[in-house]
Amino acid sequence: MSTTTASTSRATSGSSLALAVRDSVTMSRRSIHRLIRYPALTVTVLGMPLIFLLLFVFVFGETMGAGIGGAGGGRAEYLHYVVPGVLVMALAGVATSTAISVAMDMTEGIIARFKTMPVARVSVLTGHVVGAVLQSVFVFVTILALAVLLGYRTDVTATGVVTVTVLVLATSLALTWLSVLLGIRAKTVETASNTPMILVLLPFLSSGFVPTESLPIGLAWFAEHQPFTPLMEALRSGLNGTAAGSDLWVALGWCLVAGLASYVGAKRAYDRDPTTS
Amino acid sequence: MTHSLALEITGLHKAYGDHPVLRGIDLTAPTGSVVALLGPNGAGKTTMVNVASTLIRPDSGTVRVLGHDVVREPERVREQIGMTGQYSALDALFTGRENLRLMADLVHLPKAEGRARMGELLERFDLVDAADRPASTYSGGMKRRLDVAMTLIARPRLIFLDEPTTGLDPRSRRTVWDLIREQVADGVTVFLTTQYLDEADTLADAIAVLDGGRIVASGTATELKRLVPGGRLEVRLGSDGDVTAAAASLGPDATVDADALTVSVPYDGEVAQVRSLLARLDGTDVTTFAVHTPDLDDVFLALTGHTTTENHEPQEALR
Repeated sequence: MSTTTASTSRATSGSSLALAVRDSVTMSRRSIHRLIRYPALTVTVLGMPLIFLLLFVFVFGETMGAGIGGAGGGRAEYLHYVVPGVLVMALAGVATSTAISVAMDMTEGIIARFKTMPVARVSVLTGHVVGAVLQSVFVFVTILALAVLLGYRTDVTATGVVTVTVLVLATSLALTWLSVLLGIRAKTVETASNTPMILVLLPFLSSGFVPTESLPIGLAWFAEHQPFTPLMEALRSGLNGTAAGSDLWVALGWCLVAGLASYVGAKRAYDRDPTTS
Repeated sequence: MTHSLALEITGLHKAYGDHPVLRGIDLTAPTGSVVALLGPNGAGKTTMVNVASTLIRPDSGTVRVLGHDVVREPERVREQIGMTGQYSALDALFTGRENLRLMADLVHLPKAEGRARMGELLERFDLVDAADRPASTYSGGMKRRLDVAMTLIARPRLIFLDEPTTGLDPRSRRTVWDLIREQVADGVTVFLTTQYLDEADTLADAIAVLDGGRIVASGTATELKRLVPGGRLEVRLGSDGDVTAAAASLGPDATVDADALTVSVPYDGEVAQVRSLLARLDGTDVTTFAVHTPDLDDVFLALTGHTTTENHEPQEALR
């Protein structure tokens, strides 16, 4: 009896991995297709960081730059300082829109349909994640290109490019799984659009927009210990072509922990009998 | 492997928190038959479909679909069923064709076979012209047809249809009925829920009446109608005074509906009874005369003490 069970479960687990990959590819195509079919969502997600970039550079830039670069500092110095902050904020913005589209999906009948089909369960979620990560990369590259247009210049190094790529992928994966979790657990689409707002606000309380030393003591402590600061600093180093040091490992550690916990939570929330919650 | 029973439900209980929804359901659907679950809103119809289609777990009792237990072998069950829920389960951003292709990919149909099946279903469901428009532009009837077509891509052996025609205009209803009949002709078992008695009457081989989480009666439409003895003879009268007079002359068997100005008596089917009734009403102002054979509405009323429409009308009005 026990041997039979073992061999059957092994046989099915082998094919179920192949099935999961295949279904995940189908679901990812669905997500990408949806993004293309509904570009307004991506435009909205691009709009916010773009507006913040312009605001920070042209409205606050001169004054902030003087604060950061000392007497000689100005708009150009602040542009250089703030770009990593805006980029991280852009990634957090994508997470918000992912939570909304997951929540919308969950409230529609199509999820019930998927759940009653012989479809690998996780594929519905991985589909969303793949779509969102691609959207993140697109938004990241676009905002970076716009920053370059505004005069943002750095020393590009091979290590820097690798560091930035790894960070963008790790961050968007972690943020996306977190937003998938929030999207599933949200009772309504409205909740799904409000809860992840914290992800957009947290970068402000980090080293992204002003150095943490300039903050009042309690806030400075928080800023130095919250995950967005090492992320921001590692990204800054990567973009500037300087060594990221321990910030990189701390940032990746945060991504790993948050991503894994969210993945497990999201999977559980998705599988759960909707009536027992 | 063929099973004589496509669906076998024994002692099914399900509660949402403290609120019991299904309270001991026993029901079977023979392979190749159409079984209708008839009941008002809130009776537990959708919950039953959700349990049988592996969406939610039963609290107790067993549900077997084509021989497989829904709790222990949900994957085996999912391979053989198709489910069309009450609300449209399609991707509104996709076209009809893209929705069908998504389904074909998810059930791993080989490319050529998938394309052939899609063409066949678009044709059969009269969606060829709309195939390349986004589903968000479809009418209610078209959405429902696409929904059912998506369910059928995988050639399921048992299909669940949760209120397949709710909210549809009469013509679309008839189209959906025809499509269901075609499936049955192909040997598919259909388990459908409905709050419409005529739907159950037209489509189903067997009807189970669900009320308050219990099956209160089951059988063929004819068997259920037999539960309500005989029909009624009904006369509509010209005035309140005539109603009183008619009620008096027809005796204690007469049922009076003062608002509708009608009086009715049980009818045994004999012509003599009609003659004698009209003779007794000679002198009263009878405007119309009708013979009612019992329909499922009467059965429902007799079984549950309320009609099927009582519970759902307020919600219908909101739509």
